Amino acid sequence: MSEKEVKNLEAIFEDKIARDEKIEPKDWMPEKYRQTHIRQISQHAHSEIVGMLPEGNWITRAPSLRRKVALLAKVQDEAGHGLYLYSACETLGVSREELYEQLHIGKAKYSSIFNYPTITWADIGAIGWLVDGAAIINQVPLCSTSYGPYARAMIRVCKEESFHQRQGYEIMMILANGTPEQKEMAQDALNRWWWPALMMLGPTDAESVHTEQSMKWKLKRKTNDELRQQFIDQTVPQADLIGLSIPDPDLKWNEETGHYDFGAIDWDEFWQVVKGHGPCNKERLNARVSAWEEGEWVRDAAMAYAKKQENIKLKKAI
Amino acid sequence: MKNDNLIQYIYSIADNALILGQRLSELCGHGPSLETDIGITNMALDLLGQTRSYFQYAAKLSEEDITEDDLAYLRTERQYRNVLLVEQPNRDFAYVITRQFLFDAFHLLLLQKLQNSADETLSAIAKKSIKEVSYHFRFSSDWVKRLGDGTDKSHAKIQDAVDNLWTYTDELFHNLGTDSELIEKGIAIDLTKLKEEYYNKIKEIISEATLSIPESKYFQKGGKKGIHTEHMGYLLADLQYMQRTYPNMKW
Repeated sequence: MSEKEVKNLEAIFEDKIARDEKIEPKDWMPEKYRQTHIRQISQHAHSEIVGMLPEGNWITRAPSLRRKVALLAKVQDEAGHGLYLYSACETLGVSREELYEQLHIGKAKYSSIFNYPTITWADIGAIGWLVDGAAIINQVPLCSTSYGPYARAMIRVCKEESFHQRQGYEIMMILANGTPEQKEMAQDALNRWWWPALMMLGPTDAESVHTEQSMKWKLKRKTNDELRQQFIDQTVPQADLIGLSIPDPDLKWNEETGHYDFGAIDWDEFWQVVKGHGPCNKERLNARVSAWEEGEWVRDAAMAYAKKQENIKLKKAI
Repeated sequence: MKNDNLIQYIYSIADNALILGQRLSELCGHGPSLETDIGITNMALDLLGQTRSYFQYAAKLSEEDITEDDLAYLRTERQYRNVLLVEQPNRDFAYVITRQFLFDAFHLLLLQKLQNSADETLSAIAKKSIKEVSYHFRFSSDWVKRLGDGTDKSHAKIQDAVDNLWTYTDELFHNLGTDSELIEKGIAIDLTKLKEEYYNKIKEIISEATLSIPESKYFQKGGKKGIHTEHMGYLLADLQYMQRTYPNMKW
């Protein structure tokens, strides 16, 4: 292709994005667009399946049958989200196996929040309320992102996430209105999950390397700091409503800005966890790797069986 | 108490669903592929949903002021009436599938009869559950065939699981001593009558999967009388943890 032709394709591509039209798998796209989307969509898919682990940790111990069924269904939804997102990613010319491989060798990242342990039942409430809450704020703008398969997957994901978020908040509400032990459990979970949840919205704008390009491609509509402020403004009144306190002595409503001011985030902790040294990074990755390795003989058997069946069909046809 | 026999009968059905549902839910997030993970979780969800229907009914029949959760979480090990088969651990995927297959084939036959029970609630629960359990049976039979007629390795693994779990199949057909009156009234099902059809069905699928049918005539029993395997205590420790640690609270 001549340089002029590429320029022409680029212009068509840029125009489409400017007009808010979707880019579809068969459309021409710049290599950087493809790579950025593979990185972000796969990271998102990995977050879904790694995210199954901390919550899965409480399925067998859920305190009532109703809660057990709801949690099981929630974790299953995450597996479903993983499926659509891997499929969306595959439309960019990469296989699910390759994506798993990148996760297993530590090359691909997933949301750092899942490297924190779930040590009490209230953590399941806190994850639904705060982690899914922050995820929704991150994800709602993606429903109108430029890459078609990703945008369509996100519409489904967001619907289910907002249901999960309400469910998590309801767990917290019951605990906060329960016995002193239950209220203490809820407050303790909020204390441990609050700051990691704020970190989920990503590094401050000054440190964020991908923001500018992502804004251009509508992979992002607001900066990390704007999203974080939105999350805080939305969540503080919810905590007040159920009588829990946000663990930030500097948190204060600012009449002038119309937003909450908040204390400094410990970014050293954030980078430590991102770099693989959080409380559960090793456990989470080991769990994924062993599920994959221990499942190899099962996948092989399914392939071998399918092949045999196909041969039988072929023979019959002849 | 007036409904005692019926309540015991309900336990003998519901506890199978609860304990197998609990076992399957241990696997959530650890399956060999996302698709099988979702499939296994579906079965766990169905079984736990069925458990809730049965226990809500048993709680209503009881003269005490109790809920489904009291029945699921606050009995002693000796009071659970599930068969030994369903409490067997998730050794590997071959065991998970074989346990499921051996149970599903029975479960489907039971529900087909139970939908005609003279007890309206049991009949309604059975009718609702049949669709779900037909799907479970298809899922587990398909996997028995895939693993049996897949690779040498998968063949050896599932043959081992079939050989080792076979010993728990006979107990599926034991009636509780207290069932006879309910059987006469057309409420409970005489399980001994399902046996022949069950073995014919599973032997057909095992053969189709190129596996051999175990010849052992020695069978284990006890679960239905509350005498469980050593695995059961650990399963209950997980299941009951919250209710035992924080009694009398709402969740």
